[in-house]
Amino acid sequence: MSYPPDRKYTKEHEWITAEGTIGITNYAQESLGDIVFVDLPKVGAEITAGKTFGTVESVKAVSDLYAPASGTVTAVNGDLATSPEKVNKDAHGSWMVKVKLKDPAELNALLSAADYEKFASEEAGH
Amino acid sequence: MSAAEAAPPLVRKTALNAVHRSMGAKMVEFNGWDMPVEYPAAIGCGIINEHMAVRTGVGIFDVSHMGDIRLAGPEALAAVQHLSMNDAARLAIGQAQYSALLYPQGTFVDDVIVHRLGEDDYLLVINAGTREKDFSWVHDNTRQFKCKVEHLSDDFTQIAIQGPKAVSLLQKLTDADLSAVKFYWVTRGTLCGLKNMLMGRTGYTAEDGFEVYIPSDEATSERVWNEILAAGKEFNTVPCGLGARNTLRLEGKLPLYGHEISDAINVWEAGLDRFIKLEKPEFIGRAALEKARIEGVQKTLVGLEMIDRGIARDGYRVLDDSGCEIGYVTSGSPAPFLKKNIALAYVPPQHAAIGSSVQVEIRNQGVKAQVVPTPFYKRPKKV
Repeated sequence: MSYPPDRKYTKEHEWITAEGTIGITNYAQESLGDIVFVDLPKVGAEITAGKTFGTVESVKAVSDLYAPASGTVTAVNGDLATSPEKVNKDAHGSWMVKVKLKDPAELNALLSAADYEKFASEEAGH
Repeated sequence: MSAAEAAPPLVRKTALNAVHRSMGAKMVEFNGWDMPVEYPAAIGCGIINEHMAVRTGVGIFDVSHMGDIRLAGPEALAAVQHLSMNDAARLAIGQAQYSALLYPQGTFVDDVIVHRLGEDDYLLVINAGTREKDFSWVHDNTRQFKCKVEHLSDDFTQIAIQGPKAVSLLQKLTDADLSAVKFYWVTRGTLCGLKNMLMGRTGYTAEDGFEVYIPSDEATSERVWNEILAAGKEFNTVPCGLGARNTLRLEGKLPLYGHEISDAINVWEAGLDRFIKLEKPEFIGRAALEKARIEGVQKTLVGLEMIDRGIARDGYRVLDDSGCEIGYVTSGSPAPFLKKNIALAYVPPQHAAIGSSVQVEIRNQGVKAQVVPTPFYKRPKKV
């Protein structure tokens, strides 16, 4: 699985575009297994880099979502409330929230696609 | 995103470990065992698919982590009767029954399936996490009987073939007439060329099926596993991991040690009293159970269905309508076949009536749930 180079990645397995669109990575959906529940903040909510902003649940596991950057939620993917399995089918195409970034420079500290791919494969090897 | 993972120092492996790994199974530590939790989506598996295969077709499980204790000798029946709350005297040769080994206070050492294999020959199938404790318990509490106690856990690879098509699949590989074997009976026959193999019509999925016991060497175990999968192609058989095993048993309200039953929960509380045979004059725990029957219970196991959006998980608190803590969830999960979020929970008897409204605390918020009849799932009766 290749990771699109048009965005940045976190070690907690989220991706974020320069415009502030956030989702989870293919490695994350694979580790979770069948996703059955996605709990996201409401439009207008403030999220803070490194802090949890939601939850994703598979049949077996509950995982927190960590904000890759700080900002204000401008849109939430309502589709995922009824069809959370879309994240399994296309993790990089299934965005979760869109955020108006407080400081776009925060993204500079995140991983590139190549660095994330390396990080994820190392983690999978453990 | 982060998932907590704990890596314990010593992990045991079944003879099929390499097979699971070569299939790409996601492995987890379960009660000291390195076990497959689910097989990869790339080969058509995943907990939901595995669960549905067992409800609608057939799935196979490596359950070699389960333990086996054999009691044989002139006083084997007396020994089993002393240890087990059910009445083993009712077992014909080839018959099995669900039961439990109890502490003197009426709480659980473990739940077991007691098989009567011969005139004075019994096999207890026990849980993985309680193997050593169970064996010591059985050994120490049967010294006064003329009977040999053997720990056979490592002698068997145990494979469960479960689902409405399980019998059709297994029948392709054995000369034993499986249609003649009733639920909770065992038979012996040639299986994949292996003579005199034990096959029991038992399982932990609330579905029809068999559990087979074969020699635990890797070569034999791998050959039989692969032959079962190959023979199952026409039924779209999938390998199933512990994830589906858990959701299947939860839909069927089958208890899991450390969750619905433990050394702190008695049989009345767990709602397993139909397996207590108080007409037996003596067994360990009997006096305490008699006393508990008169005193009544403080908590009782109920089935919950989530009404509002949210998934109850093991250990979550149960609240009453005003937000006061009244109990806890023992097992909670999405139910793949029923397509509901369900849970088993201990609550006080006054909250246990069907239809009672409660809340489950999920991430500091009370989410509405309701007490519903159990088992959540019951397999359709054959016509």
